[in-house]
Amino acid sequence: MKQKLYDTVDAAVGDVPSGARIFFGGFGGAGFPNNLIQALDRQGASELTAITNNCGSGDGELGILFKHGRIRSVIASFPGPHARHFQELYAAGKISLELVPQGILCERIRAAGAGIYGFYAAVGAGTPVADGREERVVGGRRTVFYEPLAAEFAFIKAWKADELGNLIYRKTARNFNPLMAVAAKTTIVEVEEVVPVGSLDPEAIVTPFVFIHRIVRAKGIHNVVKS
Amino acid sequence: MSSNPKLTREQVAARAALELHNGDCVNLGWGIPNLVSDYVPTGITVYFHSENGILGMGPRARAGEEDYDVVDAMKVPVTVIPGASFFDQGTAHLMSRGGHLDVSMLGGLQVAENGDFANWKIPGAKGSGGIGGAMDIATGARRLIVCMEHVTKEGAPKLVRRCTYPLTALACVHRVVTDLAVVDVTPEGFVLREVAPGWTPQQVQQQTDARLIVRGDVPEIRLAGR
Repeated sequence: MKQKLYDTVDAAVGDVPSGARIFFGGFGGAGFPNNLIQALDRQGASELTAITNNCGSGDGELGILFKHGRIRSVIASFPGPHARHFQELYAAGKISLELVPQGILCERIRAAGAGIYGFYAAVGAGTPVADGREERVVGGRRTVFYEPLAAEFAFIKAWKADELGNLIYRKTARNFNPLMAVAAKTTIVEVEEVVPVGSLDPEAIVTPFVFIHRIVRAKGIHNVVKS
Repeated sequence: MSSNPKLTREQVAARAALELHNGDCVNLGWGIPNLVSDYVPTGITVYFHSENGILGMGPRARAGEEDYDVVDAMKVPVTVIPGASFFDQGTAHLMSRGGHLDVSMLGGLQVAENGDFANWKIPGAKGSGGIGGAMDIATGARRLIVCMEHVTKEGAPKLVRRCTYPLTALACVHRVVTDLAVVDVTPEGFVLREVAPGWTPQQVQQQTDARLIVRGDVPEIRLAGR
């Protein structure tokens, strides 16, 4: 069995280099790998590209990385009006942003993990999202081409892992996490609990261990800032 | 302009809720649609879909009973009803984009008479803007009902001949419920189905950029308690 367990979140993110492309799971305050995010902030890597649904809430979630100028480029579906640090950088022209429809963001990530080199969807046709993209008519409908979206690292949050890295999630804290898990060179998961191999019901496992490279146990931090 | 009041946001939501049928799977977006769940007709069960991975979302969690791992798309702690399921965000949008939901309701900035829809960006507005799930939901909707004010705060019509704001999706809207009217998008254009109590079709037309087709008598929107 490969040793995937890390003692600390700091050790788990220690080798993330400046300029890395990173997926961050989480949506609506649930399922954010907040301990990994804070460890990455302490570690100090910069010039990062963040692929994420949103850009934090105040200092919470990804907010701290924007506050400290760690992120240069964002691919997101909804940065959010409460992503104060991101919005300040964006208004000052210090950060680049690609807006992607949320479901298309999911599918581009899934495609990267699945060895699919792109797909056509009607989503975005006739909108600014289609600017610069190839279009074709499929089945009588205008569609837009989307390329896959891979990353060097995925930072994800799950509820429980076994020591192999099989994962289960809790309720809506699942969100983007299983999708991002499959599409990074190195997927790092923070979990509430690590259990022995064989103790998770194979029928219930959502992310099989083959996608998981590093596991670290950390008490969940919920960002309950209202937005 | 009529001297009668426009509908309140709650009244618009209550009228929109009459579009729901027993067993429907329904996505409600931000704005007025978010209020619709309070007005589901008694005696029917509707399975609300949330883009973050719930089918069968129930009411907001009561104070003291919040579980911050069970939230809606607006970050509010919610409950789930019997028969509910949790799944990832990609599966949630497979449902919306793939045409698996019965009804979707979204807030809107502009609806055009050809069904084009704009709801995510006001030109010149501050900030980055954001798309979220709106494009996937609108593009794949089997039946898209837009719930919004009939005109902007500045009085500009929101039912227009052609959208001037950046689009959310092409030719996707089926019905619009506003504080003045219920309007259907048809191959001929907008058809006026109902008007707010005390408003005439002519008065609603004056608040509308596109032409409203009127076929026979146009009934008033029925409000609870009237």
